[in-house]
Amino acid sequence: MPERAARERAADFDEVALGYTEEQARAEAMRCLQCKNATCIPGCPVNIDIKSFIGHIIDGDYAAGVAVLKERNALPAVCGRVCPQEEQCEIACVLAKKGEPVAIGRLERWLGDFDLACELEKRCVPEVAPASGFRCAVVGSGPAGLACAGELARLGHSVTVFESLHAPGGVLTYGIPEFRLPKAIVESEILMLTEMGVEIVTDAVIGATYTIDELMAEEGFDAVFVGSGAGLPIFMGVPGENLNGVYSANEFLTRVNLMRAYEFPHADTPVARGRKVAVVGGGNVAMDAARTALRLGAEEVFLVYRRTEDEMPARREEVHHAREEGVEFKMLCSPSEIVGKDGFVTGLVATRMELGEPDASGRRAPVCVLGSEFEIECDTVIMAVGTRANPLLAKAAPDLELSSRGYILADDDGATSLPGVFAGGDIVTGAATVIQAMGAGKISARAMDRYLRERR
Amino acid sequence: MFEVVHKRQLSDAVFEMGVAAPRIARKVAAGQFLMLRVDEDGERIPLTFSDWSAEEGWVRFIFMRVGKSTHKLSHLEVGDAVADVVGPLGVPTHTEDLGRVAVVGGGVGAAVAYPVARAMAEAGAEVTVILGARNAELLILADEFAALPLAELIVMTDDGSAGEKGLVTAPLKRLAESGSIDHAMAIGPAIMMKFCAETTRAFRVPTTVSLNPIMVDGTGMCGACRVSVAGETRFGCVDGPDFDGHAVDFEELMSRQRVYAEEEREADAEYSRGCACHL
Repeated sequence: MPERAARERAADFDEVALGYTEEQARAEAMRCLQCKNATCIPGCPVNIDIKSFIGHIIDGDYAAGVAVLKERNALPAVCGRVCPQEEQCEIACVLAKKGEPVAIGRLERWLGDFDLACELEKRCVPEVAPASGFRCAVVGSGPAGLACAGELARLGHSVTVFESLHAPGGVLTYGIPEFRLPKAIVESEILMLTEMGVEIVTDAVIGATYTIDELMAEEGFDAVFVGSGAGLPIFMGVPGENLNGVYSANEFLTRVNLMRAYEFPHADTPVARGRKVAVVGGGNVAMDAARTALRLGAEEVFLVYRRTEDEMPARREEVHHAREEGVEFKMLCSPSEIVGKDGFVTGLVATRMELGEPDASGRRAPVCVLGSEFEIECDTVIMAVGTRANPLLAKAAPDLELSSRGYILADDDGATSLPGVFAGGDIVTGAATVIQAMGAGKISARAMDRYLRERR
Repeated sequence: MFEVVHKRQLSDAVFEMGVAAPRIARKVAAGQFLMLRVDEDGERIPLTFSDWSAEEGWVRFIFMRVGKSTHKLSHLEVGDAVADVVGPLGVPTHTEDLGRVAVVGGGVGAAVAYPVARAMAEAGAEVTVILGARNAELLILADEFAALPLAELIVMTDDGSAGEKGLVTAPLKRLAESGSIDHAMAIGPAIMMKFCAETTRAFRVPTTVSLNPIMVDGTGMCGACRVSVAGETRFGCVDGPDFDGHAVDFEELMSRQRVYAEEEREADAEYSRGCACHL
C-alpha cells in the first residue's frame, strides 16, 4: 500500500498510509485463493466473512462487498486502519505459510473508504429489523459502545448512546491521531449509525449526570451496555513526575486530537511543543505520542522502553513508521527520576536494564543494572505506561460488582451482576484493541437482545 | 448547546452567568464543578457551581475575565449559548457534622464559598464566613452571604475600602486561636489557601481547601489536574476538588497552574486585537 515519504509526513498531521487505488485493490484481491475452508474468518474477532468480501472485490461488485463487511462490523474504514490484522486474520491466511498473506486489512480499508466516498443515499446502511419496542442505553461512544449500538439498532431496538466528552468516538477521536485515523473517517462512520436511528447524547457523564439506576428507573431504558473505556492514566510514581512538561499520553493526545492544540492559538487549547521529547512506553499509544510530538515540531523524540523492541506490544507497522520518521529508540531503559528547573522538566534520568527470567506475561523481565543511571536531556516527558479503572464507575452503579482492580465483572456475554446491565471493552478487560472492544460490544448486543426478548 | 439564561456583571472583570441545564441542576451538590466549552474552538475549562435550581433547571457560575476563554465567555449575553456544559463533577464538599466552621472565600472563590456555607448552615453547622477581596469593587456576593443564617460575616479588604483592612488570615487566626472553630474551609487563590492552611495548622484546626488545577476532560481521563497531597499524586477532578489543606503541596499547585502562562498571554493578546471590546 502506498505511503507518504517519512520526511514529508512527519511534518504534518495528514494520513500516512494512502490506501490502495482500485487497480491495486483488485490485484491484491486476486491473490486470494478463495479457500474452501477459509482459515482467515475465525481469526477475525467479529468473524467477518472475509472470503466473501474479497470475492466481491474480484467480481467488481464493491457495494456487495461493503454489505458483507457491515453485516459484522459497523466501522470497516476504521478497523481497516487500526486492527492488528497481522496477528488476527492475516496470520491465519494460507498464503502466510509460504510468504505474504493477502492484505485483508488493506482491502477492508479500501472497501470501507469506497463506501464513505459514496453519496449518503448510496451508502450501505445495514438493514434494520422491525422495531422491537425496547429502549437500550449505551454508555460510552468508543469502539465497544459504537459496535454495540450498531448491532442493537440492527436488531430493531431503539438506542441512545451517552458520551461524556463533547464529541463521540472515544479513543478513535481523542486517542488515535489524525495521521493514523482521520477524524473525518470516524465522523462518517458514526453518521451511518445515526442514519440507522442511533441517537448520540454528548456531554453526559454516567456516574455524574445520570446513574445507571436512573437510566433504567427514570429514563425508561430496558437494558444498559457500559463501554466506558479504561479510564485513568497510570503514572510511574518516580520523583519529578508532576513537573510542568510531564504529560500522560492521554492528556497529550487529547489536547492534540480532540482539542486540536496543533491549531493553537486559533483553537484555544495549548500543548507544550517540546524541542526534545521523551516518551515512556512501548505500546501503540507510545508510538502515537512520539509521532505526534515529531509533528508538533520536536527536534528529537526518544522512546524509552524497559525491555527490547522484540517485547514491545506495539504493532510492527507502527514501530517501523516511528523509526522511519526519526523517533530514536532507547531500549532497556527505565525512568528513575524526572529532573527540572523552575518547575519545568529539563531531563529524564533512566536506569539501564537487562532481561532476566520470563515473568507472568511470558516475556523476559527487565532487571535494573545497578549504578547505570544516565540523563536524557528533554523538556517534555510523555508517560504511555497504561491505564487503570476510573472511579466514576463505582458512582455510576454502586451495586455493580467490580474486580479488585476496579474493572466491571462480566461473563462471556457481557452480563454483569445487575439484571439488564451488560458491559464490554476496556472497562471489563483492561486496555486492549479497538477490534476486541468492538467484538465485546457486539456480543453484548446479542445477549441484550436475548435478555429483552425472553423478558417479554 | 446550552442557553445562557442569566448574566450579571459583579465587577469590572467578574461575571455571574447562568445556563439552562436541567439534567445537571437536579444533581449538583455544593463544592462540585462543571466543565464548559464556549464554542467549537474552545478549551474545556472547569468552573465551580455558585448556585443552581433543580426546579427551574439552571446552574450558575462566576468567573473572572483572565484569558481568551473567559474573555469570550464574558461577551455572551442572555439568549446566546455555550457549546458544552458537563457535570456535576468532583466529590461534593463534606458539609455534615462540622460543628463550628469558618468558611473563607477569597476573590472569585467567594462564588464557591456561597453554596458551601449555605449547605453547611442547612446541615446545622455554626458558620462564620470570612469574605476577602483586594478592594470594595472586587468584593462579590456580600449581600447574598448576609442573607444566609450565619454566626458571623467578616469582610476583609486589602485597602480597607470595605469591612476591615487586612488579609483573611487575620480573623481566621483569631477564630482558631480562641478555639472558636472546629473546622475551616478555604476557597480562593492558591496562595490564599496556602496561608489559610498555614494559619490553622498551628492550632490543629482541620482545614479543607477547594483546589483549582488545570483540567482537560474533568472526568479522570487525562491527569492534567494532578496534585500532591501527603506525598501522593491525586487527581483534582475525581479525587477532589476538596483536599486536606495541611497536606497539599501548594508550591507545586501554583507552579502547575502557571504552565501555560505564556500561551495564555499569546492567545488572549491575539483574540483581544480582533475583539471589539478593546480590553
